Amino acid sequence: MSANPQLNAKGGLTHLLTLEGLPREIITHILDTATSFVGVTEREVKKVPLLRGISVFNLFFENSTRTRTTFEIAAKRLSADVINLNISTSSASKGESLLDTVDNLSAMHADMFVVRHAQSGAAHLIARHAGPYQHVINAGDGRHAHPTQGLLDAYTIRHYKKEFSGLAVAIVGDILHSRVARSLIHALNILGTPDVRVIGPQTLLPTGVESLGVRVFHDMRKGLAGADVIVMLRLQNERMRGPLLPSAQEFNKSYGLTPDKLALAKPDAIVMHPGPMNRGVEIDSSVADGVQSVILPQVTFGIAVRMAVMSILGGS
Amino acid sequence: MTPRIHIRGGRLVDPKSEVDAKRDLYVADGRVVAAGAAPDGFRADHTIEAAGLVVAPGLVDLAARLREPGFEYKATLESEMLAAVAGGVTSLACPPDTDPPLDEPGLVEMLTRRARSLNLAKVYPVGALTAKLEGERLTEMAELADHGCVAFSQANAPITDTQVLWRALQYAATFGFAVWLRPQDSYLAKNGVAHDGEFATRLGLPGIPALAETVAVGTILQLVRATGTRVHLCRLSTAEGVAMVRAAKREGLPVTCDVAVHHLHLSDMDIGYFDSHAHVVPPFRSGRDRDALRAGVADGTIDAVCSDHTPVDEDAKQTPFGESEPGATGLELLLPLALKWGEEARLPLARTLARLTCEPARVLGIDAGHLGVGAPGDVCVFDPGAHFKVTAGALRSQGKNTPYLGYELPGVVRCTLVRGDVRFEARS
Amino acid sequence: MQLPDAETLCADLVRQLRPHVTPETGMVGIHTGGAWLAERLHQELGFVVPLGMLDISFYRDDYRKSGLHKSVRASKIPFDVNGRHLLLVDDVLYTGRTVRAAMNELFDYGRPETIQLAALVDRGERQLPICAQYVGTNLTVPKGRMLRLDRDASGRLTLRIDA
Repeated sequence: MSANPQLNAKGGLTHLLTLEGLPREIITHILDTATSFVGVTEREVKKVPLLRGISVFNLFFENSTRTRTTFEIAAKRLSADVINLNISTSSASKGESLLDTVDNLSAMHADMFVVRHAQSGAAHLIARHAGPYQHVINAGDGRHAHPTQGLLDAYTIRHYKKEFSGLAVAIVGDILHSRVARSLIHALNILGTPDVRVIGPQTLLPTGVESLGVRVFHDMRKGLAGADVIVMLRLQNERMRGPLLPSAQEFNKSYGLTPDKLALAKPDAIVMHPGPMNRGVEIDSSVADGVQSVILPQVTFGIAVRMAVMSILGGS
Repeated sequence: MTPRIHIRGGRLVDPKSEVDAKRDLYVADGRVVAAGAAPDGFRADHTIEAAGLVVAPGLVDLAARLREPGFEYKATLESEMLAAVAGGVTSLACPPDTDPPLDEPGLVEMLTRRARSLNLAKVYPVGALTAKLEGERLTEMAELADHGCVAFSQANAPITDTQVLWRALQYAATFGFAVWLRPQDSYLAKNGVAHDGEFATRLGLPGIPALAETVAVGTILQLVRATGTRVHLCRLSTAEGVAMVRAAKREGLPVTCDVAVHHLHLSDMDIGYFDSHAHVVPPFRSGRDRDALRAGVADGTIDAVCSDHTPVDEDAKQTPFGESEPGATGLELLLPLALKWGEEARLPLARTLARLTCEPARVLGIDAGHLGVGAPGDVCVFDPGAHFKVTAGALRSQGKNTPYLGYELPGVVRCTLVRGDVRFEARS
Repeated sequence: MQLPDAETLCADLVRQLRPHVTPETGMVGIHTGGAWLAERLHQELGFVVPLGMLDISFYRDDYRKSGLHKSVRASKIPFDVNGRHLLLVDDVLYTGRTVRAAMNELFDYGRPETIQLAALVDRGERQLPICAQYVGTNLTVPKGRMLRLDRDASGRLTLRIDA
């Protein structure tokens, strides 16, 4: 099997495709760099000239306004030129292959690709095909990975809890289909979190999930006991009624985060959600808007983390 | 008139007669006429020096897709038949999933005629079990058999209506026809692209659980008990599946089975960083399943090892894993990969070769895969000690899609005879 | 090579700067050596305006060649830059590229009235048209060697040469 495709010959990060297999130092470096970017947004000139002259192409094969917007803001704050391509409405529907699309864009001197695709492994394919000075950032591929989300979730936890070494983190909901969950689990394990828990019905937990380094709970009350961090995952509409789940109401009853379930966690536990939220399904409004929720700060941190990733890749 | 050929100084390995000895072989009029001493008055037109080489029956491959008719942009009969003899394969069965599928006598006739005119490996078409492989209406099996079909199959197309499956088996049993089925429950396998296990979970790939195969094997075995049809299970992939077949054979059911040679070596972890060359059906499963398949071939539960040769154009592989077309090229890798397995399992060469020669011939019901006096002159002469590097250039097939790119494998074919005539000779 | 005493140079800089510091003057130190020096000067000169610190990692001109610096600190300017007289402080003035980056960064905070530069040591070999208004001493350093400022646990400043 080949060497880690994300690292260059000197062991530096040249693509960000997944958090799995990344050395702890690289993840810590990204989080530390993100800290210095948080201050940039408070200035008069919210930009730094780091990526001036660099072209960042947002290749979104799957629609997502919020993620694409945060990447766009991050790139522009680094003074990069940003081109947005919503492929779902153009060349792919005309039958152009993924690699042909990438080749055409490379011919237009793209330096950095931010890619979101419905298929697991799409970002890896593009990275395999990329030129020596091109960098690929995975903005979400199928169920596989969403590394910048995992990083910003880790950043958020570090911001509020300082250390990972004593934490119990519970991730709740549709783990089976969640790239956010997989990336966060990798981040937490690499950063030394001793107790990572996944909570959900059997139908929403992937085969052999324990091998990712988590404890499995089907009973949410037991799973939340003493948790320091609770991460609620979005439940897609299509999954709410079918062979996996009978209804949103039943899901909320057993797996929704309500105030009484939240009370089982530590009193200073923080509540996170990668968004967008389904209020009343996976999380009650009172909890989403409550004092323990850090859902809004997550968004600000997201921009700083993406700026950190782009500036580290751009200089490698 | 085919020439008289003397294959001199080789190590004759004929699994059917349990021969493994230094013995010359004499071929004339398209058949084996003697082994050991020359027949009286035999004068060779052509002598093949086989010192240091193994002289074995030509390989019998139970599944090789030739891509004609319909998929000529992936491969042609010419290229794939050349690949077959280059791989030492002298008889091959081709599945019915051509375009259009082999459900009409006219199509079968055309294919066999084309293959015969090329005069390379012998092609045994497997006819479609249902019209258009759609799993609803039976095909004219008796007609198709008259035109050369040796068995009937659905290839990789499912029959979801168990009533149809039962009736198809009954109908085939009426005439004594064999039915070849790849056991997979289409509902359990829906949308899956990789083995449902820890590795697919890690990679976020939708999974095909082992259940999809074992549930289907269970259903098929029950139907065999009810109908008495001769059934051949194609491309087993699970440990549980092998165990079920072992029990069925002990029970005396008329069941045989095969495995694709790739599944003896690779597991789901060989997908690595989403290598679509490792995207095959059935998927590569866990190491435990692979080990059970290996044990199954060694103890004879699995009758034959085939190539499952499936040429796929590079464009269809250079896509994200889940969108790529499944399949691997195999005709030229069947012998080397089988030899590699045999070496690792520490089996005598004759035992390994049996799974590629007389056993698949028995499943097909043809006179092939052996070198007794009077046998067809189908011979494979190879160097067991030589190695070759798997590269696109080294493969004659148009299908360059293989997870073994870059591997060095043992067993280089030097010469292949079909119907008593040399149809392939390696350039030295 | 015999190096001058950093503490002495520092005291000399304080003497040079005192007549020119007003209650509105803003001081900004450049990480890391310049920041230590700035902390000392800020205290000794009794600045009213709080001390600002700059990490110039995002403004360096060698990003494409050497990549992002290993440890990046947050820049913090706790006062309004617009219309203010600024005093930029660095430990060693050499090629001038660090000061260029610092000035670019300061202008992203606002438009200062003036910027003056104070350096503990000016080692010459400028590659850009930059100069310091207040200098502790001029020093020739062997080619290829780096001159650095250290601060020990008690806060004592010393100069040293790196390979």
